[in-house]
Amino acid sequence: MAGSVSTDRFARRHIGPSLDERDAMLAAVGAASLDVLVNEVVPQSIRLDAPLNLPPEETEREFLQRLTNVARGNRTFRSYIGLGYHDTFTPSVIRRMVLENPGWYTPYTPYQAEIAQGRLESLLNFQTMVADLTGMEVANASLLDEATAAAEAMTLLHRVRPPSSAKTTAVTEGAGGQARTFLVSDRCFPQTLAVLQSRAEPLGIELKVASMDDMELGPGVFGVLLQYPDERGELRDLTPFIERAHEQGILAAVATDLLALALFKPPGEMGADVVVGNSQRFGVPLGFGGPHAAFFATRNAYVRQMPGRLIGVSVDAHGNTAYRMALATREQHIRREKATSNICTAQALLANMAAMYAVYHGPAGLKEIAARVHSLAHGLAMWAGVLGLKQRNARFFDTLCIEVGQLQTLQAQALGRGINFRYIDASTVGISLNETTTLEDFADIGQLLGAAVGKSVSMGRGTVAGGDGAEEAVAWPELRRTSSFLTHPVFNSHHSETQMMRYIRTLERKDIGLDTSMIPLGSCTMKLNAATEMLPITWEHFSRVHPFAPGEQTQGYAQVVRELTDALCAITGFAAVSLQPNSGAQGEFAGLMVIRAYHRERGDVHRDVVLIPASAHGTNPASAAMAGMRVVVVATSSSGDVDIGDLKRRAGEHRDRLACLMITYPSTHGVFEDGIRTICDIVHEHGGQVYMDGANMNAQVGLTSPARIGADVCHLNLHKTFAIPHGGGGPGMGPIGVAPHLVRYLPGHPLVHPAAERAIPAVSAAPWGSASILLISYAYIRMLGAAGLTEASQYAILNANYIKARLEKHYPVLYSGRNGRVAHELIFDLRSFKSAGVEEMDVAKRLIDFGFHAPTVSFPVAGTLMVEPTESEDQGEIDRFCDAMIQIRREIDDVVAGTVDQRDNVLKNAPHTAAAVSASDWPHPYAREQAAFPLPWVRARKFWPSVGRIDNPYGDRNLFCSCPPVEEFST
Amino acid sequence: MPYPTDLKYTKDHEWIRVSGDTADIGITDYAQRQLGDVVYVELPEVGKTIAAGESFGSIESVKAVSDLFAPMSGEVIGVNSHLKDHPESVNSDPHGAWMVKVRLSDPGAIDSLIDAAAYESLVKE
Repeated sequence: MAGSVSTDRFARRHIGPSLDERDAMLAAVGAASLDVLVNEVVPQSIRLDAPLNLPPEETEREFLQRLTNVARGNRTFRSYIGLGYHDTFTPSVIRRMVLENPGWYTPYTPYQAEIAQGRLESLLNFQTMVADLTGMEVANASLLDEATAAAEAMTLLHRVRPPSSAKTTAVTEGAGGQARTFLVSDRCFPQTLAVLQSRAEPLGIELKVASMDDMELGPGVFGVLLQYPDERGELRDLTPFIERAHEQGILAAVATDLLALALFKPPGEMGADVVVGNSQRFGVPLGFGGPHAAFFATRNAYVRQMPGRLIGVSVDAHGNTAYRMALATREQHIRREKATSNICTAQALLANMAAMYAVYHGPAGLKEIAARVHSLAHGLAMWAGVLGLKQRNARFFDTLCIEVGQLQTLQAQALGRGINFRYIDASTVGISLNETTTLEDFADIGQLLGAAVGKSVSMGRGTVAGGDGAEEAVAWPELRRTSSFLTHPVFNSHHSETQMMRYIRTLERKDIGLDTSMIPLGSCTMKLNAATEMLPITWEHFSRVHPFAPGEQTQGYAQVVRELTDALCAITGFAAVSLQPNSGAQGEFAGLMVIRAYHRERGDVHRDVVLIPASAHGTNPASAAMAGMRVVVVATSSSGDVDIGDLKRRAGEHRDRLACLMITYPSTHGVFEDGIRTICDIVHEHGGQVYMDGANMNAQVGLTSPARIGADVCHLNLHKTFAIPHGGGGPGMGPIGVAPHLVRYLPGHPLVHPAAERAIPAVSAAPWGSASILLISYAYIRMLGAAGLTEASQYAILNANYIKARLEKHYPVLYSGRNGRVAHELIFDLRSFKSAGVEEMDVAKRLIDFGFHAPTVSFPVAGTLMVEPTESEDQGEIDRFCDAMIQIRREIDDVVAGTVDQRDNVLKNAPHTAAAVSASDWPHPYAREQAAFPLPWVRARKFWPSVGRIDNPYGDRNLFCSCPPVEEFST
Repeated sequence: MPYPTDLKYTKDHEWIRVSGDTADIGITDYAQRQLGDVVYVELPEVGKTIAAGESFGSIESVKAVSDLFAPMSGEVIGVNSHLKDHPESVNSDPHGAWMVKVRLSDPGAIDSLIDAAAYESLVKE
C-alpha cells in the first residue's frame, strides 16, 4: 500500500507527493496519518466497507505488454463503410506534435485567454476552415459528434422559428401555437436519426422522416435536415428545395462532408441556414468512433443562438490583437436552464488536428486529395458499368451504391481480402473510398465486384481519371465548386514539414498546459495524463478501426469495453454502465432520459420536476431543460450545504411531479455533506430518483461511491477523475452508471444489437462514444488498481487540505465540512478586497506572472477562486503556488492600504508581457522586476504570456470569429 | 450618479420617462453597475405589445444576462437602434440610453411606480 516505494508501481509515478512529503504535509494539516485525515473528511456512514473489487494492479510495462495482445483482437481491415467515418492519413508532424504532445493535450478549455493564445489561434483556424468550406458566415469551435451537431441544428431552428402564422393549423401547433414539426431526409445517417429522436421527443418536436421528394413543406413545419452527399453517397443540388422551404418560412440544415466541399458546391451557396458535419477525415484517426470534432456553421443572424464554444478576436490592454472565447453568455454556466444548449466540453484537440491538416495541405492540397478520391470513385463507377452492375448514384463524390445480386459471395470474398463494405440491403453494397485508398486497393475492389458477377477480370489502371485539374474532375458543372476557400495566409504558408513543425511549436509555446505547471482549476481535476495511458491511442490496431466494423473484427475493443465497464461498476457500486455519452453534459442528458423512461414505464408520465441545489453546475439545469423537465431550485444553507428543510418543502410541494434530484457529491463547495443519505432518502420518499453529478468523483473513488450514498444514476467525467486529458477544451467522456432498476433503459444504438430491453434512443453517433480514449481510463484503472485508486483519492484530499493549511491565514476559506476539513477542493473568498478595487480576475491574471494558470474563477460563488490540486501535484509545486498566492496577498494589502496606486499596480496591469517589461517606455510606479519576477524561483521557470490583459467587452461588442487580416499584426 | 427626478422607477431597476401617452424605457445606473460592461441589448420589434412586469427583451454583459421588464404596458412605437452598435451607452449614460419608446395603454398606471428618492433608498439597502 502506501508504504511501497517500488519504482515499478504506477501509483509512485501518478501521485505527486513522496512519502517524506506526505508526512510533512500531514504534519502541516495536523493529521496523524492519511487514514486519520480521510476519516475526518468522509462521513463514516457512507464509507465503503471493503476494498474495490478490481483486477490486480499492473506496472506500466506489464500493462503495455498485455494491451499489445488485447489490441490484436482488433482487425484493421480496409473499411469502405462510410456513414460519416473515413480512414485518413494523419500527417506525422501533426501526430507527433499535436496528438501525442502534452503541450496540446493537457491544457484546459481556454477560459484564461492570455495563456491560451496558441490553441485559440488554431481553433480560430478551425472556425475559418469550416466557414470557408461550408460557405457559411460563422462556425463554432467544434461539437461532440455529427449526430449531436445535427440535433443542435434542429433545436436552433426550433428556437428561432417565427411565431405562429395564420397558416398554422391547430393540429400541428405546439402549446405556444408555433410550428413543431421537423422534417428529416430518409437519406440522413441512421445514427443521426437516432440521436435526433432522443433529443426531439422531450422538447415536443415532432420528427417526420421522408424522402426529399415526398416532403410536405407546409404549415406546422419549422425546419428540415438534409444530408449532402447523402447516406448512400448521392449528391444533388439542394438549391431549389431550400428555396421552396424558405418560401414557406421553413429553415434548412444540411449535414455535409468537408472533403467533398473542396470540389463541390457548398451548402452555404445553396441557401442552407445551418451546416453541420464531422471533420474526422481531416487527419483524425477513426478510433472506433471517436473522438472527432464535429462542426456547426450558420448565418451571423443566428450567432447568439449557436451552441458550443465560439472563438472571437479582441484586443489586449496594449491594443494588440488577441483571441478569446466570445459570447460566453450563451453558455450553460451563465444562462442555466435558459441556455441554448447544455454543451460545455467541445473537441478542441481534434478540431486543432483538423485545422492543422488544412493548414498543412492548404486549399490546393485539399483539392488534390478530394480530386484523387473522387477520381477513384469515378473509375470504380465506370468499372461497375463495364461489369453490367447498376450504380445508383447519378452524382457522387466518394461513395457508390451498387446493386450486386450475389451479396453473400461478395461479402465472403471481401472479408477474405480484409475489406469491409457497407451492406445496405440484401442486394446492395455501399462503397466509400477515402484518402488512404491506393490504386492497389482500387484494383482489389474492382476484382471483388467482378467476381461477384462471375467475371474474373482486372481493371486497367487507365480506368482512373488523372488526379490533376481538380475542378475538371467533377463531371457535373452545376455541382462544381467555383468559389475559393482557405485564402487566408495561414492556410497558404506552412506546407513544408519544417514550416509546419515550427508553426505548431510557435502556438504551443503560448499556452500553459500541465507540462508547464500545476493547473489548480477547481471542479476540473487537472491530474496527470500519463504517457503510458496515452500511447495506445495511436496504435494502429486501435486507431484504424471503423465504428461500424463487424463485431468479429473488434474483439480487442470489446474486451476493453467489458473490463472498463466492470471496473466502473465496481467503483460506482452500480449494476451497469453505458459508455456512450461523449461528455459530462451528455451523460446528464442520458441519465435524465433514463429516469424519465423509468417514470413513464410506471405510468408516472407527469413526473417532470427536477430539484437542483442553487450551488449546482450550470450544466444541470441546462440538461434538465433539454430533457423537457422543469427546474425547481433548492436553497443552500449558510454553511454551503443543501438546506434540508427547504429540500423537504420542495419535495413535498412537488411530490406528485417529482422526477429527480440532481446533486454533486462531494458538493460543488468542496465538502462531503453529512446529510447526503438523508437527502437521498427524502427524494426517494417523494417518488423521485437521485442523479449524482460525478464531477467531483475524484474525492470518492475507493472511499465511498454513488450507490453507497443512495444515488440511482451518475455520470463519470472520465476526463476528470479517470485521466483522459482535457485536450485544451475536449475531448471528454461522460459514461453513466445506473442502479439495477434502471439498467433496462440504458441508451441503445441503431447499428449495434442488442440494446437494453427498454433502451432510450442513442445519445451519441458512435455506440461507445469516443471509444479510443476509453483506453486511457482503462490504463489508469488497471495500473493503479484498487489500492492505487484509493490512494489517489486520499492524496487528492491531503493536497487540498494542505493548501487550506497554508493559505487560510491569508485568504478566508468559504466553506469547510466536519472538523474544519475540505474534500479535494476549496474556495477562497476574495470579495472583501472589492472595496479597494481588487477583483478575483486581478488575482487570476497576476498568477500568470508567476507562471500559474488561475484556479476556477467565480464558480460556484461569484468573487471567489476555487482551487483543486489533485493527487498528481507534489509538495514543491503546491508550495510554489501557495507562495505565489501569499505574495499576491501582500500586493493586495498594498492596494488596500493605499500605499500603491489603485489603478496602476501589479495586479491591475497583470499579466505582464515580455514586450511590456522590456519596452524603453516604462510608465508604471513599480519596478519591472516586480512585474515579471515577483519571487526568486520565478526566474528559473518564467512563462511569458504572449498578450496582455484581454479586453472582453471589446470582443463581444465587435464580434469577429474568423482569422483576422494579417495587417492587424504588422504593428 | 443622481437619479433624475423626472423619471419613475421599478424594483426591477428599469426607469420610465412619460410624456403624454408615450414613454421611454431604460435601465438604471444601479442596474448597469451590477451588470458591468454591456455588450448586447436585445429589443422587441416596433408594433409589439409589452405588458407591465413582463420581459420585453434582454441585456447582456460579458458575464451576465438579464431580462428587461416593462414598467408599464403599451405598444412599442420606437426602438433605440443606436444601442445595436453602441451598447456601451447603457454604461456611460444609463438614464439617457433609452431602449424602447412605448404608447401607453394605461397612462394612469404610473402611480404604481416609485420616484427617484424611493428608488435611491431601495438600492442603498
